[in-house]
Amino acid sequence: MPDQRPSEAVSQSSLTHLQRLEAESIHIMREVVANAENPVMLYSVGKDSACMLHLAKKAFYPAPPPFPLLHVDTTWKFQEMYKLREKAARDAGMQLIVYQNPEALEKGINPFDHGSLHTDMWKTEGLKQALTKYNFDVAFGGARRDEEKSRAKERIFSFRSANHRWDPKNQRPELWRLYNTRKSKAESIRAFPLSNWTELDIWQYIHLENIEIVPLYFSAPRPVVTYNGMLIMVDDDRFPLAKGQVPEMKSVRFRTLGCYPLSGAVESMATTLPEVIQEMLLTTTSERQGRAIDHDQAASMEKKKQEGYF
Amino acid sequence: MSDLSKDPVYIAEDLIAQDIDAYLLKHQHKTMLRFITCGSVDDGKSTLIGRLLYDSKMIFEDQLASLEHDSKAHGTQGQNIDFALLVDGLAAEREQGITIDVAYRFFATDKRKFIVADTPGHEQYTRNMVTGASTADLAVILIDARQGVLTQTRRHSYLVNLLGIRNVVLAVNKMDLVGYSQERFYEIVKEYSHFAAQLGMKAFLPIPISGLAGDNIVTRSENMPWYQGPTLLGHLEDAPINVARMQDEDFRMAVQWVNRPNLDFRGFAGQIGSGTVQPGDAIRVLPSGKTTTVKSIVTYYGTLDRAVAGQSVTLTFADEVDCSRGDVITRADAPCEVADQFEATLVWMDEAEMLPGRPYLLKIGTQTLTATVTEPKYEVNINTLEHLTSRTLALNAIGVVNISTDRAVPFEAYAKNPDLGGFILIDRMTNATVAAGMVHFALRRSQNIHWQALDIDRDAHAAIKNQKARVVWFTGLSGSGKSTIANIVEKKLHAMGKHTFLLDGDNVRHGLNRDLGFTDADRVENIRRVGEVAKLMSDAGLIVLTAFISPFRAERQMVREMMTEGEFMEVYVNTPLSVAEERDVKGLYKKARAGNLKNFTGIDSPYEAPVAPEIIVNTVELTAEDAAEQIIAALLAG
Repeated sequence: MPDQRPSEAVSQSSLTHLQRLEAESIHIMREVVANAENPVMLYSVGKDSACMLHLAKKAFYPAPPPFPLLHVDTTWKFQEMYKLREKAARDAGMQLIVYQNPEALEKGINPFDHGSLHTDMWKTEGLKQALTKYNFDVAFGGARRDEEKSRAKERIFSFRSANHRWDPKNQRPELWRLYNTRKSKAESIRAFPLSNWTELDIWQYIHLENIEIVPLYFSAPRPVVTYNGMLIMVDDDRFPLAKGQVPEMKSVRFRTLGCYPLSGAVESMATTLPEVIQEMLLTTTSERQGRAIDHDQAASMEKKKQEGYF
Repeated sequence: MSDLSKDPVYIAEDLIAQDIDAYLLKHQHKTMLRFITCGSVDDGKSTLIGRLLYDSKMIFEDQLASLEHDSKAHGTQGQNIDFALLVDGLAAEREQGITIDVAYRFFATDKRKFIVADTPGHEQYTRNMVTGASTADLAVILIDARQGVLTQTRRHSYLVNLLGIRNVVLAVNKMDLVGYSQERFYEIVKEYSHFAAQLGMKAFLPIPISGLAGDNIVTRSENMPWYQGPTLLGHLEDAPINVARMQDEDFRMAVQWVNRPNLDFRGFAGQIGSGTVQPGDAIRVLPSGKTTTVKSIVTYYGTLDRAVAGQSVTLTFADEVDCSRGDVITRADAPCEVADQFEATLVWMDEAEMLPGRPYLLKIGTQTLTATVTEPKYEVNINTLEHLTSRTLALNAIGVVNISTDRAVPFEAYAKNPDLGGFILIDRMTNATVAAGMVHFALRRSQNIHWQALDIDRDAHAAIKNQKARVVWFTGLSGSGKSTIANIVEKKLHAMGKHTFLLDGDNVRHGLNRDLGFTDADRVENIRRVGEVAKLMSDAGLIVLTAFISPFRAERQMVREMMTEGEFMEVYVNTPLSVAEERDVKGLYKKARAGNLKNFTGIDSPYEAPVAPEIIVNTVELTAEDAAEQIIAALLAG
């Protein structure tokens, strides 16, 4: 039996926005499971993944979610992320598949020496390889439409060609909640159950449902250095410190999590969820600015997506 | 330009800084409204949405900085911020300055979370607007105060009404450009009222606004003291929400998935479409009609005492009753209708036009079945509301048709319950969503015509003739040799004492199909009728040979599916176009090449070769005689 949460029986006549978002996400997940041959949930260990995993548990209870979790690993995630990854899969009673692109592993691709090749090979290529290897036909992703402009137009069921490309001009209309999940053998589907959630919705839901997230989202004294204009946490000894350079201990937390050398920390005193939400609401820069990947050019995300980045 | 500091309501609230727990508690009880904005290209739609996001502080500093930069590069507002750039997402759209696709935007106030579907104005994007409208509680129809009611306004209003949106706001925009004239505003309202009445639109709320200057968006405009109604955002915060209204209807839930983790648990998962449900409620499973009672409403955090429309739940039953995906659970004493023939409105969404008689997949609720348009009734000219007779529907066309499904399905009229009255059609070959449909009512004949079971069946008919009933379907280009080979096959079978009949394309068009031409729609109907005739003859125990070009895969597949396994044998008479044209037995290729014969297969009308026919005949290498032998050998072996 799962943990009890503060009882929230539907007494009022109208559902709250979070109840409706939850119901919609569960509906989407069940549609996928009813139609897919071999679905998988992409799990990145971040807060959106945590939220999506929690919704999956609710959608199929008392059965465990009837699909595995897939983590496309880069070997450069934070240690605390790897720790939670194992625990979250165990708690949900789900199989965890970890995939690392063997070519990237062999060539030692890393964010310090290889720039955007790091994301291309580990994430974009790694994801394509994993989906092909296991023959997954539908992959759940935690992307939200409020994250970025090209995502605002992406469907909940988004189709990828045989070589995993996205064609934004050729999307199927999605009417009511009738999702057309038919596809040809070579195609695959990305399903985005969190499409209509905003960052604030996610945080509020995590708060309300008491969902376990990586402690890095909360402020704590951590060893950081300034690197490429961002505060980067020195999470292991692979970080190329300059001669004599000593990381500083600062009270920081992370608004988004990815590879540790690419995730900028913010100085913060927020140690509880309400405090994190408070900071988020009072802050004036959008979430993705903490990630190095979007800065290249205005339409960079759209381009990356067409090429197969999630 | 707006100054955020002047807007005390929507800047970060003091409560966030002072007492975050109290703030969260308050925001946890927000409701959610989905709305659509529609208007012509220059009515200022994107600007209005940009304004709503801006005024509700959904734009962050970094986005604002990039917006200011973009405004100077691509904007249409000179040195001022061009809000439209905020919402025109895809790169191609930003370059062309138009909104192509539906984009969903989010913002929130103290009372509500809002999801806005921003949809394109052009006529060629009708399907996108219909998509956005299908999930909306409310529609904001924008009008440029200088332009008044345009053809596009009428079209958008028609669609909004068609999709059953009950709450319509007529936002008369750019009031700043007509001197905030009360007279102009009422002139437009009067004109629109007239049109709304024609449509049968029950009510609408007119609001004079300026998206660019911010009048009557969030705060009441000082420039229009004569307007006493709500501001746009004020109205959005108070407007009724569909899902709340659906709670007052009878209980219905389409079953998505049966949850069977072990032998002791069998739950039926779905999202409640209407009404409420409690343990102990008597319910009925449709289409079977079996009844039982609800034992429990199972959720992750324990069982519920009650669940309402909009919630995703899992129900368990008191008795072992058959129930699977696609079934609908209803109140036992108030079930919905079950039928296999409907009248419905279709909005066509595909480049390939609608073909009556062609089988499509139809998804309604959680059920997917095969359906055909049996009778196109009329097409609506959505600019003038005129009814036009039409055999087909092209991209973005809207029409009323009769539809027939391959089995009975639970449904409700769309106007009553969109959840069980809205459907999509899917092309079986391309898997594209080709149409959105709205059920009007069931056709009565589907309840009154029953299949008559006969004692002497096909096998009995065939046995007395000492043969197996078969349909041998020849397909190929004109002049490929279908009729010639089929004729030899029949002669040989006849000589062997077999009972046969040859249906020939040209001959059938002299009688049964005299009324049909050679458009795609007529070709589909031609094959459907021939298929039905072949089926009847096969039921009589005959070996039926058919010689028709039958250019489309979908219809050959349809005929195959009418027959039982092994009864249908597809023979692809594979003659290259150059060879068939060279032979040109009937002189038709010459006519077609000269432009004197339209829609000729292989010239200006496509031929879709079979993917996996039972037999392929190569007429370049084989004589007609040898080909006939090959076919007979296969026929008698099977």
